[in-house]
Formats: sequence, C-alpha cells, structure tokens
Amino acid sequence: METIILFAPLLGAVISGFGYKMLGERVAITTATVLLFLAALLSWVVFFTFDGQTLQIPVLRWIDSGSFSTDWAIRLDRLTSIMLVVVTTVSSLVHLYSFSYMKDDPQFGEGESYKPRFFAYLSFFTFAMLALVTSDNLLQMYFGWEGVGVASYLLIGFYYRKPTANAAAIKAFVVNRVGDFGFALGIFAIFYMVDSIRFDDVFAAGAMLAEKNINFLWMQLNAAELVTFLLFIGAMGKSAQLFLHTWLPDAMEGPTPVSALIHAATMVTAGVFLVSRMSPVFEYAPGTLAFVTVIGAVTAFVAASIGLVQNDIKRVIAYSTMSQLGYMFAAAGVGVYQAAMFHLFTHAFFKALLFLGAGSVITAMHHEQDMRNYGALRRKIPLTFWAMMIGTLALTGVGIPASVLKLGDIPIGFAGFVSKDSIIESTFAAGTSVGQFAYVLLVLAAAMTAFYSWRLMFMTFYGPQKGDAHAHEHAHESSWHMTVPLIVLALGAAFAGMIWFNDFMGEGVREFFAGAVFAGPGNDVLEQSHRIPELAASAPFWAMLLGFALAWLFYIRSPRIPVVLAEQFAPLYRLLLNKYYFDEIYDFVFVRGAKALGRLLWKKGDGAVIDGAINGVALGLVPRVTRFVQRIQSGYVYHYALATVIGLVALVTWVSISGGTN
Amino acid sequence: MDNLLSIVTFIPLIAAIILALFLRGEDEAAQLAAKRVALATTLATFLISLAILAQYDPSRPGFQMVEEYKWITGFTYKLGVDGIGVVFVLLTTFLMPLVIGASWNVTTRVKEYMIAFLVLETLMIAVFAALDLVLFYVVFEAGLIPMFLIIGIWGGKDRIYASFKFFLYTLLGSVLMLVAIIAMYFEAGTTDIPTLLNHSFPSSPISILGFQIAGGMQTLLFLAFLASFAVKLPMWPVHTWLPDAHVQAPTAGSVVLASLLLKMGGYGFLRFSLPMFPEASALLAPFMMWLGAIAIVYTSLVALAQQDMKKLIAYSSVAHMGIVTMGVFAATQQSVDGAIFQMVSHGFISGALFLCVGVVYDRMHTREIAAYGGLVNRMPAYALIFMFFTLANVGLPGTSGFVGEFLTLVGVFKANSWVAFVGAIGMILSAAYALWLYRRVVFGDLIKESLKAITDMTAREKWIFAPLVVMTILLGVYPDLVLDITGPSVEALLEGYKTALAGAADAALQLATN
Repeated sequence: METIILFAPLLGAVISGFGYKMLGERVAITTATVLLFLAALLSWVVFFTFDGQTLQIPVLRWIDSGSFSTDWAIRLDRLTSIMLVVVTTVSSLVHLYSFSYMKDDPQFGEGESYKPRFFAYLSFFTFAMLALVTSDNLLQMYFGWEGVGVASYLLIGFYYRKPTANAAAIKAFVVNRVGDFGFALGIFAIFYMVDSIRFDDVFAAGAMLAEKNINFLWMQLNAAELVTFLLFIGAMGKSAQLFLHTWLPDAMEGPTPVSALIHAATMVTAGVFLVSRMSPVFEYAPGTLAFVTVIGAVTAFVAASIGLVQNDIKRVIAYSTMSQLGYMFAAAGVGVYQAAMFHLFTHAFFKALLFLGAGSVITAMHHEQDMRNYGALRRKIPLTFWAMMIGTLALTGVGIPASVLKLGDIPIGFAGFVSKDSIIESTFAAGTSVGQFAYVLLVLAAAMTAFYSWRLMFMTFYGPQKGDAHAHEHAHESSWHMTVPLIVLALGAAFAGMIWFNDFMGEGVREFFAGAVFAGPGNDVLEQSHRIPELAASAPFWAMLLGFALAWLFYIRSPRIPVVLAEQFAPLYRLLLNKYYFDEIYDFVFVRGAKALGRLLWKKGDGAVIDGAINGVALGLVPRVTRFVQRIQSGYVYHYALATVIGLVALVTWVSISGGTN
Repeated sequence: MDNLLSIVTFIPLIAAIILALFLRGEDEAAQLAAKRVALATTLATFLISLAILAQYDPSRPGFQMVEEYKWITGFTYKLGVDGIGVVFVLLTTFLMPLVIGASWNVTTRVKEYMIAFLVLETLMIAVFAALDLVLFYVVFEAGLIPMFLIIGIWGGKDRIYASFKFFLYTLLGSVLMLVAIIAMYFEAGTTDIPTLLNHSFPSSPISILGFQIAGGMQTLLFLAFLASFAVKLPMWPVHTWLPDAHVQAPTAGSVVLASLLLKMGGYGFLRFSLPMFPEASALLAPFMMWLGAIAIVYTSLVALAQQDMKKLIAYSSVAHMGIVTMGVFAATQQSVDGAIFQMVSHGFISGALFLCVGVVYDRMHTREIAAYGGLVNRMPAYALIFMFFTLANVGLPGTSGFVGEFLTLVGVFKANSWVAFVGAIGMILSAAYALWLYRRVVFGDLIKESLKAITDMTAREKWIFAPLVVMTILLGVYPDLVLDITGPSVEALLEGYKTALAGAADAALQLATN
C-alpha cells in the first residue's frame, strides 16, 4: 500500500507529461488527479491504521561503494504517516483546484498544451516529496530534497515567457543549493563518523556522536553539534529561514496552486520534518538546538514584520508562511518536535486554504494581485470570503483561552490556535534564556500575524471598492473545482487542532508518536508546557486581539492612520517595504560578485596569466610556429600527422631495440 | 573467443582501411556509403563489446581476457581489462555509434572524416585495454592525430589557433612521459603493466642540483606522467586549450573530446600514478586534491562569465574533471569509485550537452548565447532534452551526474574536509551557470526575427539522444550496474596502494632504528 502511495503520483506525472498527446489533455490530467486522490485515500488509511511498528520496505539497491551502502526503501513510522496525509491531501485538492484555475491561462496562447505539463510537474513534485518523507536513509531524503527543489524550480518558472518568473525560478534553485550544500556536508560528516547513513544506524549513534570530536576545516568540533548544524543549514534553505529566505517571496511568481502546495503546505515544511526526523541526533546537540530556536524565532518575527506592509496578496501570505515556519523551528529547537509537527500539520490546512482562497480572489479579479485594488469583495465572492475568513481565524489563532474553558483536556479554538499556542507554551516551558527570548519574539509575532492577516481581509473584502471598476463588475465565484477544495481545507483549518490535540500534544502523545521523535535525557519540556503560568499561556491570545484591534482601527475605522504612520516613520516603513534590503545586498555581493570574479578569472587568469605564460614559453618557437601555421593553412596537416607517426615509430623502435640488448 | 578484446579493438580500424582502399568518389552515394559503413561498424563493435561485459567476471579483480603476442624484440602486444578498463571500453563503444549518427550532416570529405573517427575508436579502445607500457604510449599519443585532424580540417574558423594550442600543450607532456617510460624500463627491466604494478620503484630521496627531492625516483616519474595526464584531463591550470579546442571542433569532435579523450587522463592516474608510484602519490595527494578543488571553483566561476555556449560547457567539463582529480587522490573506496563513475557519467552528460549545442548550431550557425532566447516556443522537444541534461549536469539525484559527484565528495571528506568543502561549492556554482545558460537560450519569449522559423529536433536527432537519456537515468537510479564492476578492482587497487605505503613506512622506520 505504501508503495502504491509513493508511485501513484510518479505514474500520474509520466502519463500526464508524456501521454497527453495520445490520451488527450482532459484524460491525461484527470488520470493524474485520480491517482493523487487514490494516494490520498490510502494515506489516510495508513494514518489511521498505523500500529506503532516502524515498517521498512526495501524497493531497490541504489549506491553501493565499500561500506557506503544505500537502498531505495520506504520507512513508515508516525512521522512519515503524518507527512503522507499532509502531502497527498493538499496535493490532491490542489490538483482538483487547478482544473479550473489553470483553464484559459492568459500567459498561454490558443492551442498550447500547458495543462498536462502543469499537472505533470505537480504530480512529479508530489512523488519527490513522498520520496523525501518515506526515505529510510539520508541519501534518499536528499534525492527527494533536490527533487522537490527541481519541481519547485519548474513550477515557479512555469510562465517561462515572463523574465521575472525565470529569474525567481533560478533564484529559488540556487539559494536552495546553498542549503543543500550544508545538507550534503552533513551527510558526509555523518558517514565519516558513523560509517553508515541508514537512519537506524545514525539514530543509534546519537549519544556516541555527542562524545566524539571531529576535525572540520580549521576547527575541532563536537561531532553531534557539527552534523546537526550542517543538516540545519539544509533545513534553513528549504524552509526559507532567515538569511536563506529570499527565494520564497519571489517564488510567488508561480501559479497560485503551486504556492499553496509547494510554498506553503509541503515542500517548505521539509526542513521541519528533517529536524524532527533527526531528533535522535539533534537531542544530543544543545548548541545547534539553541541556534535552531533563535533562527526560528527571529525568522518568525522578521517575516511577520515585513508582512505588515506588503501590498501583493500572495506576498503577504508568503511572508506569513515564512513566519509560521519560524514558529515550527522554535518549537523543535526547544525539543518539542511534537509541537512543531502539530503546527506543520494544521498549518498545511489553513495556509493552503488561504493561498487557494487568494487564488480564487485573483481569478475573480482578472489576475490582479495588488490588494490596494481590491475592496468590498465579500458580497461578490461570498464562499471565498468565508473560506478565507476561516483560514484567517486559524492563522491568527482564534480560540478560547484554556484558563476560561476547555473541552476536557482539549483547548477550544481554530487549528492554528491550538497548535501555535502549543509552540509558544513550549518555548516558555523550556526554561532557558533562549526559550524566553523565543517566547517574547513569538508573542510579538503573534500580534503582527493578527495585524497583517486582518489587514489582508479588510483590504480585500471590506471597505470601498478600489482599482479597476471593470474587474470588480465581473468578479464572480469560481467553479466547483475550486470551491470544493476550499471547503475541505476549511474543515481542516477549523477542526484539525481540536481533533488531534490529544495525539500530538496531550495524553496520547507517547502512543501516537511511538518513538518516531526522540526526547533526550531530561527533556520534559512537552509535559512542562501544559503547566506554565496562566498569564504566560494567555499572552498570545491578547496579542492576537491587539493585532486584530489595530488592523480594524487602521483599515476600517480610520484608514488615514497607516498613511500618516508611513510618512512619520518613513525610514522604518521603507526598511520593511524593501524587506530589510536582503535582496539588494545579496545581489550586490553574491550575484554580481560571482559574475565579476568569473570575468576576472577568465580574462586575467586564463587569458593573461596562463595563456600568457604558455605563449611566453612558446616565444622562442614563434618563427617556427608561424611557418608551421602557414603549412597547416596550405593543407599540409597530413604532413604533420605523418611526421608524428614517423617520430613515434622511431621512438618505439629505439625502445624495442634497446630492450633487446638489455 | 580468446581474443575478443583484439577483435573489438580492430574492427573499426579494419573498416577504416576498407573505406580508404575501396571507397571511391565524392558524390552523394559515396558519402552515404561511408556514413553507413561507419555506423554499421561502430554498432557492430558495440554489440560485440557487450560480450566483453558478459565474459568479464567482476568478482575477480585483476586483468581478464588477457592476450599477449611478442612483436619485434622487446616489444609486446598485450591487452586485458580489469573492472576499471572494462567500463571505459564499453563507454567508448557505446558512444561511437552516436557520434557517427551525429555526423550525418557532414558534407566535406566524408570518407576521410569517417576514417578519422574509426581510427580514433580503435586507438581509444586500445588505450583502455593496453597492458604494455609502450603499446599504451603509442596508442595514447597516436590518438592525438585523428583528433588534431578532426579539429584542423572540419573545425571552425579559428581552428588553426585551437589545434596549435592543443598541440603545444600536449607536446611537453608527451616528451616527459616518454622519458619516464624509458626510465621505468631501465629500472624494472620490463614494460609489462601487470608486472610494473607489482614493482616497487625506489622512493628514497635523491638530490638534483642541490634540491632534495622527497619520494625520489617515484616523484620524478609521477610528475612526468602528470605532465601528460594533467593536460589530457585537463587539470587547472593547464586547461586553457580545452575551451578553444571545443569551440573550434565540429560537434562530433567535441563529443569525443569531452566524453572519451579527457577520460584518458583520469584513467592514467588510476592505472599508473596511484598504483605504480604510491609513495609519490601519497606525498603529492594534498597538492593534487587542491588542484582539483581549485579547478571546480575557478572554472565554475569562469563558466558563469561565458558568452559562448560551447565554451561554457567546456569550462563546466573542466570543473567536473576537477571532481575526478580530487576523488582519485583522496584514495578512499568511495572517492575512487565516485571518480570513475563521474567519468562515465560525464561521458554521457557532457556528450549530450555538446550535442545539444550542435542541434542549434546546425540550424543557426552560431554558438553565441545572446543570439538565442525563447527556443522553447518553437522547440519543445529540444527544450525538454536540454533541460534534462542541464539538470543532470548540475548533479540532480536520480541522474548519473549525482552519483559520481556525491560519492566522490563522500570519500574526499574522509581524506580532507577542507577540500570537500571547497569542492562542494561547485554544487552551488554549477546550478547557477547551467540554469542561467538554459534560461538565456531556451526560456523567455521568442523575439529574435532570426529564430522565428527554427524547427524542432528531427527524428534522427531524437534517436541520438534517446540512448543517452536512458543511460543517464538508468545509472542514476541503479548505479550498481557500474559500481559492481569497478568496486572490486578499486578495492584491490587501494589495497595495494595502502600496503605499499605501509611497507614504505616500515622500511623508513627500520632505517631510522638502524
């Protein structure tokens, strides 16, 4: 069954990508979608019937070289089963959604078969993502890791006629490669220390690694700290954490379903999955874990702050994604991988919902993405409005504070409320200074999250109608292909938190995870997180209310305020609007730097120095060379060849004869 | 069949002789006949060479299918293959039919063209199967001649400059290698490669002109061979002939150059440098690994600045060969396995990339990147194939390009984490230059007037790419097809290498205690 889940999307990709000429477009993309739904159905079956026994299914040998031995294999444990349902559910819904969203795309002309290509990429992405989450060793994970990277590259650049899309695609791939560079070095270091990259062997070696040192570059480092740090560089790239995040906002150049699937629900969470998967090693690397928490918390804060002022609806959600991923890392960093996975799980629902909702708005508004040209859309597209409302309620974390009312042990609220509060409580419960630091930043980020989310809702659905009147006139609700996924995801965004709280964070957690994530000796942060002071626990709730109130004040009550503020605090506003100038700095230092260095090495290094030296050596030969060249030009190349042959024969003869006398 | 290797080696040469003697005329019928004979010959050679693969027993390291004939006094004709040789022989016979197929549009001196390639095939197979040092030297150097002619006669407009540069570079290396071979003969009393592999050349320091040479004779021999192999591979900083040669060579010439001729350098390291001069190798290994790592970063950066498609791919080739150098001299099972795999894989991928350039060059007669843009609009099949090989070139897992690169780096990391670190930067840079090239040529809107009528790949062109696509995926998903063959031979090679080093260390210790 697991094998079918893994390969159904690959089959779909091949059929859709190569078979559409034979089968016809409609049949090809329908087949891919049906196969995805099959995979989703089976994934849920696996999810519910998983009995806690880790399953390993070998598929094929892969690379064998001495003690380096890897197979294509499927590993099924709780972490895998969570990822299976997340990936296949969102993917199948996105496939369905794309039926309508990708119809009559203005980027393509009459008669161009772009849809089968789109579906093939989507299905291929799903396959690569499943290969990543089902891997039984680090190398297959790396395969999936780069595979999703390529799928992401192809889909961001799907509108290949647009220069911005092409640039964004390359940027995504190259920045991810920087992360992969770290990931690969991590794998090398693990193999060097453990002599295996199979998960079972690596997990068993966690404690051993903590006691050993490794020479790396000029440093002597603790082995556990080094390998986890290197792996985390990979996670930072894929999950768009600060410093390696610049590709994610640009990735919004891709069609919106892609943003929902890849750049919100699944691929970008791979980093969180990696850290959770490797928890048996991370738990022995307190230094790396602290780093993970700090990066996560700072990312959550910075991304949310940028989100406050963006005007492109997709970019707001993109920064929100980056911010939420920061939350997950913060949780993983304090050792509560369960909370990270929980938020990953619920986030997939509500963030995919928000993106697909945004896609629905964009379709309704004739591909307008600037929120300043929206307004008053709630009556035109009510279903989309309500879907996005639920998504927003989930993202901002609306619920009833646990101190007020609980359903048994289960908090009452939208999915994001339950899982996000679990994270914030965990950072507080960690009891470390890093944990405190993260707690403060995450609570502040929660306020900003509420602000930018409601700002998005108010600018889009409330207030006066703005922008092109024609677009507003024709705004209409989308077809069922698009609304059904919205409804399904809305259900998840509303209830997933409450339904699975017990499994991910509550009493059932031990049984549910069944050892798939590891808690190091003395790590009881998860238990502690349920016992933190009431005030600390309810802080995110008040932060959320504050954000909502400010958004209401700024965008409904008196819309003059944001304008005035932007003028008053112009430098800060510009800093945020320009995303802290990361792009400009990177472009100057790395992109232009590399190109300039390349030119220099080419012209000066290869040209002046190397060829110069060789020409210098040849200087004595120049007169002869000239004659030689003239000869070749007059067709005497055969003479040269003949001379060479004669010379060779003479040499050989000499060796042979002298050999005879020796 | 006892002389299978000889049969495979000489079929192309015999066909070349037949063409030379019996084919007359320059009309179209004669041209077609020449092409057909060449294609049939190379195909037959490939099919027969499969028997070598079938007969080869990977579990036995050491040379198999050995044939030996005394020729003139002292000179022996001896062939045989181990796990390393056999994959290169197969690579050669596999690629040659594709090379001939890619030459179907040649119209000038077709007969001579086909003869040159057929002779070249014989010489290349002989290089990888030769078990006598003199025979090796002869075929190794003789291989230059057809290549020189291919560039000089069928090349582009600056072919004279390119072939001269090619010649100048190679000359010095050849002379030094010849001197080394003579010296080895006087030292060991034989030119038999299997015997030489078991001979320990003296490594006690000697002093020349007041300079103390650590590693003594071994070091000198190592350096003399290096002079030849480094140019062939090519290693930084003696790589500058390659971009010029590629740019001027006809498409098929570039394919042979990148896919096969370069591999002779890496093969030479494995056959001679490492096993015959182990102490010198160990002494110079850090130096060699660093040259490899520098090559990767340096040429990747230079590739970023190129405006000519072929030059860009040529520089990318140098970077990929840097990985090979690194891998060989890290001397771990993974790194050497990886280096060999990288050479095989690069044979498919870089060959395919040069063919990709050839496809558009045939149509537009320019290699200037700026002359293209938006090809995907009119050439979807081409866009797909080119994308596939671009991704394979950047080492995407699932393609053969990944396995060699990754395995090499895994092994290099064990030997020296600095080198692995610098070498791995190539992963980032290769993605940048390759995808940027692709974007400029294939993506975007089709605006240029000159491209409006460009046509997609023909069936012939697709058939040439098909086997390369299959091999790239097959070896990416199931690399053990190659690794199972090379593994035991590499293990034996490294075993010998380490024993020799341990022996030398013991001897030194004894010397010190006495």
